[in-house]
Amino acid sequence: MTASLRIAHVGKECVACGCCARVCPRAAIQIAWGISACVDPELCVGCRKCAQVCPAAVIDIVEREAVL
Amino acid sequence: MKTRKWVNYLWIAELSYLFLGLFNILFAWLGMVFFSIPLLVAIFGGSKAYCNRYCGRGQLLRLLGEKLKLSRNVPPPKFLRSTWFRYGFLTFFMAMFGLMLFSTYQVFTGAPLSQTVTLLWVFKLPWQWADISFVAPWVGQFAFGFFSVMLTSTVLGIVTMGLFRPQSWCVYCPMGTMTQGVCKLKNGKKARIHGRESQADCKLAEDTGQ
Repeated sequence: MTASLRIAHVGKECVACGCCARVCPRAAIQIAWGISACVDPELCVGCRKCAQVCPAAVIDIVEREAVL
Repeated sequence: MKTRKWVNYLWIAELSYLFLGLFNILFAWLGMVFFSIPLLVAIFGGSKAYCNRYCGRGQLLRLLGEKLKLSRNVPPPKFLRSTWFRYGFLTFFMAMFGLMLFSTYQVFTGAPLSQTVTLLWVFKLPWQWADISFVAPWVGQFAFGFFSVMLTSTVLGIVTMGLFRPQSWCVYCPMGTMTQGVCKLKNGKKARIHGRESQADCKLAEDTGQ
């Protein structure tokens, strides 16, 4: 499968509430160490669902190249 | 098809708690469960599993905001997620909690019982129908104080749910801030070593059971 051009990027002010992980249709996000959400770039397709529910508004959908 | 799991119905526990408190203020003591479990999970488990999966309040706010569409669903102001605001609010909340404990102590040492629930730390709601004659006055005083804390945080959660996104309360929830702080103390070094604090793939965290 071809990787999408865009990907979710979690900002440093993530509160680790888990809202993003709950809605991710590809289970690409998890709360690591209870500190912050982290995105698996192999699974993320940049669908924006996480960005739309993030209560802290710290998730952006960015160019894949900019992150990796 | 969505699977029905008991964890998806914890909002009923949150709602029941508020109604039970109206029925008899002594039920407020049950709220200690909502305080202690997240902390114990963070301290011994090093995770925010309670916030992520088992928080009844989060579910209730989601239900009101997403299902019942009571939320404007707009991003909250930036200051809400800032460290100074979150830890400032935690400090304020804990100070108020400390004052509540102090008033409980005063009643324990003979001061008269104040039979009121204080909403938003200012508004005193008369609660004269509560029958607490069968317990020690300090037990009742703690119940009044604790229910005040729970009711205040619920009201704040509902207000920010309506104004911003459904779970905006989670951004500045004192328990969430505290458990994240505990996790940072407990796992921060590991997270820094492996570079998993905010970005990159999750495989290592996954492998180590996070």
